[in-house]
Amino acid sequence: MSVPIRPLLHARGISKFFPGAVALDAVELKLNPGEVHALLGENGAGKSTLIKCLTGAYRRDGGTVTLDGQDVSPASTNEAQALGIGTVYQEVNLLPNLTVAENLFLGRQMTRFGLVRRRAMNARARAVLEDYGLSIDPAEPLTSYSVAVQQVVAIARAVEMSGKVLILDEPTASLDRDEVQLVFGVIRRLKARGLAIVFVTHFLDQVFEICDRATILRNGRVVGERLLEAVRPDDIVTLMLGRQLEARVQARRSGPGGEVLVELEGLGRRGMLEPVSLSIRAGEVVGLAGLLGSGRTELATLLFGAVAADSGTVRKRGRALRLARPRDAIAARFALCPEDRKTHGIVADLSVRDNILLALQARQGWMRPVPRARVNEIAEHYRRALDIRAASLDMPIRLLSGGNQQKALLARWLATRPDLLILDEPTRGIDVGAHAEIIALIERLREEGMALLIASSELEELVAYSSRVVVLRDRRQVGALEGSRITPDNIIGAIAAQTPQTPQEVPA
Amino acid sequence: MIRATHLPLLVTLLTFVLAYALCAAQYPAMLSSRVIANLLTDNAFLGIVAVGMTFVILSGGIDLSVGSVIAFTGVFLAVVLRDSAMPPLLAFALALLIATAFGAAMGAIIHYLEMPPFIVTLAGMFLARGAAYVLSTESVPIDNALYDTLQALYIRAPGGGRFRLIGGIMLAVFLAGALVLHRTRLGQNVYALGGGVATARLMGVPLARTTIAIYAISGGLAGLAGIVFSLYTSAGYSLATVGVELDAIAAVVIGGTLLSGGYGYVAGTFFGILIMGLIQTYIVFDGTLSSWWTKIVIGALLFAFILLQKGLTWATTSRRKVLSGSAAPS
Repeated sequence: MSVPIRPLLHARGISKFFPGAVALDAVELKLNPGEVHALLGENGAGKSTLIKCLTGAYRRDGGTVTLDGQDVSPASTNEAQALGIGTVYQEVNLLPNLTVAENLFLGRQMTRFGLVRRRAMNARARAVLEDYGLSIDPAEPLTSYSVAVQQVVAIARAVEMSGKVLILDEPTASLDRDEVQLVFGVIRRLKARGLAIVFVTHFLDQVFEICDRATILRNGRVVGERLLEAVRPDDIVTLMLGRQLEARVQARRSGPGGEVLVELEGLGRRGMLEPVSLSIRAGEVVGLAGLLGSGRTELATLLFGAVAADSGTVRKRGRALRLARPRDAIAARFALCPEDRKTHGIVADLSVRDNILLALQARQGWMRPVPRARVNEIAEHYRRALDIRAASLDMPIRLLSGGNQQKALLARWLATRPDLLILDEPTRGIDVGAHAEIIALIERLREEGMALLIASSELEELVAYSSRVVVLRDRRQVGALEGSRITPDNIIGAIAAQTPQTPQEVPA
Repeated sequence: MIRATHLPLLVTLLTFVLAYALCAAQYPAMLSSRVIANLLTDNAFLGIVAVGMTFVILSGGIDLSVGSVIAFTGVFLAVVLRDSAMPPLLAFALALLIATAFGAAMGAIIHYLEMPPFIVTLAGMFLARGAAYVLSTESVPIDNALYDTLQALYIRAPGGGRFRLIGGIMLAVFLAGALVLHRTRLGQNVYALGGGVATARLMGVPLARTTIAIYAISGGLAGLAGIVFSLYTSAGYSLATVGVELDAIAAVVIGGTLLSGGYGYVAGTFFGILIMGLIQTYIVFDGTLSSWWTKIVIGALLFAFILLQKGLTWATTSRRKVLSGSAAPS
């Protein structure tokens, strides 16, 4: 691999500006033929913006892209495809109502006298798919096959239509381990055929298994390009997360708190999260660490019943709970502040006051409205307690800053007086001042005896408030740290630790 | 091979065979070639618009304007043939052109202005009906030599059934519709649109061209249905064919096409039309039932088919979940 080869695709100095933000700042990406190139970075690092610039979904604001020595600048995904850049997305972008063959050939069907040659097309599809290690009946509807097979069909379509560069945008995000191997088998075949492949994923294991080289982005800049043979996972994680982490040891951190409040035993769901067991005591903060997509959010979602788990039990004070819906969780006095504030949290057009009262009212049921005076009292109480800065509690919540929205959401759940508060990325996208206040609030709640489960990608923060940190990777629980062992370095080590994995033979 | 997607079509077919068998058991005369010939003749215009409606519904849209377009075409022909010396064939061509352009314009509005088809074609429905009123508020009789010739054309079957031209036109439209939908790129694009517009765009389906073509076909077939209707009644009347768009939608749904688009066959629509015609014929044979019973039976059938569709969608999606074990959005 050390022989200098001319890159198949070379993007230089790519910049992209959004109003008030630099999404990409002079990014370079070099793709060699026959190489799988990982594009890594946390959320907001600029991976998807870079991909969209390459596939023509966005126009770049600066820089050049050369493909096969030619300057290109695709204006649409179709144009990129015609040039030779094909893309496969996380969600299978094929049509569920058509057959496999129809999906494979949509837009370039074989015809005779304007009529589609169905039989010839099916035969050709069968031959093409056999090249990808699939022996399936292409005349069957697409949906009669698993998502992994559909994903391979999507890859086949992208390669057959473009054939030089293949961009895989988290193609394995919703696959389980055997299915991932099926897709990897296909990637290896394509690599052997000399395609340049970009592989975007949050799963480091998969990166080291399938990729040759990686470009790491942080805050819209390239922070490194590495040959993966030569680096350790730790280095990659450090590059991704940055190293402004000071190991601030918190003397305040209490030891084990009171009684065990909530116990998870083997809680999981196929294809979403492998069984996780942990216990949370009253007056304790348990942190969930891991890269994006490691299963942090999934665990929070399952525990809150937003998606029903298919294995395991949750016990509260020794009593098993049935958590099939969020209502069950609310009834058990659980509360969840979700990661995506905008879509899963605030009701944008309702007033701050109504947003705060939402969960309390929902628990009471619509038959027993909270009296107006009580509503005002509660809203006013939390406005003062959490210092929610709003001109008026009657204004729509969307007009508040991110930090104040987050505080109002916290108020919503605090108003229900939960026993267990689950916070998913409580400090993402808020300003520094509000950040500190939220951390202080977390400390205060813990001292008051609440149990908290907090998922965060800010290691510093986890170190500051957690009395235990559970580390997740690839939707698996891979470690737990306690007491003085909780340091950013140890967390990074646990996230990056390689588990020996024997590559399985791909079913042909 | 029988697949889940064929099931609604099979159910439609079985419903038709069963209903026909029941009718024939009670009134053996319903097996005669006369009844069959009349079934085709009486439902010719409805069948033709239903083919267009199949295109529209398969793509995930709806076209409420077709009933009004039929009425407009009828009045237009009657008025033009009465007030001018235009040869009837030219008038036919002109009527088809107007109806097709009207449909294409609605398709363009739906695509470029990103408006829901329901609203756009609702506006089209009022427009076409209003235009018919402007031409004439009275029923205008058509007295034309070509009409007489065309109406006199029929094939006489053993048993006395007269298979008339307009029934033949309907059969031809069904065949052509099936060919276009199931065997051409345009047809595949119609299904692609019904499967998901966002995905279809990413897969390179020309959305503008396809959407405009779909509504142009629906409009053009409504125009053809208007011509057939005027041959059938020898008159043009602006109050005619009110609610035919709903009958056409009913026929398409009874024919097993999924109302949300993506799944269905032209053949299903054909049997949907026959089932609806059969109910009407039965009521005529019975003689004591009010003709409103047609509506009640069609309503019940629609409910049954919607439930069937829901059941099938539910069965296929839950099966898919088991296969994939895919995670919910987090």
